[in-house]
Amino acid sequence: MCVANTGKILSIDSEKNTASVDFRGSRVNARMGLADVKVGDRVLVHAGCILQKVSDEQYEEWTALAKELEAD
Amino acid sequence: MNDLKNIIRYLKEYDGEDIRIMEICGSHTGAIAKNGIEAMLSKKIHLISGPGCPVCVTPSAYIDKLIELSLESDTTVVTFGDLLRVPGSRESLREAQGRGARVKMVYSPMDIIGIAEAAPDQKFVFAAIGFETTTPVYALLLDTLIREKVENVRLLTALKTMPEVVEILCLGGAKIDAFIAPGHVCVVTGSRIFEPAAQKYKMPFVVSGFEGEDLLRTIYLLVENKGEGKVINNYPSVVSYEGNETAQALVNKYFIKSDASWRGIGNVAGSGLLIKPEFSKYDAGSSGLEYDEKKNKACSCDKVIMGLISPEECPLFGKVCNPGNPQGACMVSPEGSCNTRFCIR
Repeated sequence: MCVANTGKILSIDSEKNTASVDFRGSRVNARMGLADVKVGDRVLVHAGCILQKVSDEQYEEWTALAKELEAD
Repeated sequence: MNDLKNIIRYLKEYDGEDIRIMEICGSHTGAIAKNGIEAMLSKKIHLISGPGCPVCVTPSAYIDKLIELSLESDTTVVTFGDLLRVPGSRESLREAQGRGARVKMVYSPMDIIGIAEAAPDQKFVFAAIGFETTTPVYALLLDTLIREKVENVRLLTALKTMPEVVEILCLGGAKIDAFIAPGHVCVVTGSRIFEPAAQKYKMPFVVSGFEGEDLLRTIYLLVENKGEGKVINNYPSVVSYEGNETAQALVNKYFIKSDASWRGIGNVAGSGLLIKPEFSKYDAGSSGLEYDEKKNKACSCDKVIMGLISPEECPLFGKVCNPGNPQGACMVSPEGSCNTRFCIR
């Protein structure tokens, strides 16, 4: 139940306090209010809410590692 | 050692002392199964599933209360899908729907706001279960309900916190040497929450992500650090030492520490959260839901949750108890140990 997915914020609706988040092509509206985020940030979404901003540096490192494995 | 190929080789060829590693989190249980991690390990590395599936540790008293509320003529229970088939002491929510229970399934707790605003003459109760990961979402829900003056929503809570139950696991009979610490719990709490247990019991805790690569590196770190009382953060892209302090502040605004009843474990002092008394109008009666009666007396979910037996050692596993006819909560949730084990055999 603690499942959470990483996506990228495409736009923010400040009035509704929601963000449109792209998950590899699927766009989902997620509620803001638990983390300080902006358009373009990679974020962790849990139960329809943005739980945390993802560190770009760490994300790139992990993505590179995953690509390396896929290539093997 | 950073090279994953070397880590995989190390874990396969490991020939040191036996090591028993518990993954506390149900999402890790599922990820380990999905990635075939166990098949990549030496026979001396044993993985044991723990109590970190909130559906699996919710006592029957809570399910019975949800059913009672859902049968009131003007009330609808709103819930995540996982909870629908969890057995209460007599029936599940889904079975109760057959005699008129009003139950609605949603993806996010925040969805209840639109549902409630569309039917202002009806009452709605959210089945708010979960660990530290999900509690901030319920705090945000309460904050929004108050700010937007939504008056027809309440929460029935069964919220649990990890450190207190980890203490019991450290003292229990499962003889655990190391823990895979729950990554998304630590997003909120920070990796620091496991430091006291790590230091007290001289066991390593490694905070882990949920991809196969993350888990392999985590298991390697645990094996290498056996006997060391420390917490290692192997999920730094989202986990910090302090955690999400905005989320923590919101949780502290609306919730207060309490004892909690865990299915299969019993009452654990200080391991729960309740809505603070000043916000009690949003509480649907969460206090005192303690009893836990098995639907099938032979069900061994309690021992599975504590890591004392594997799912296959339960006399019901794969026979009368299967995902189509679960006798205990561990077979219901896709993150439950028994369900996961059944689906990969």
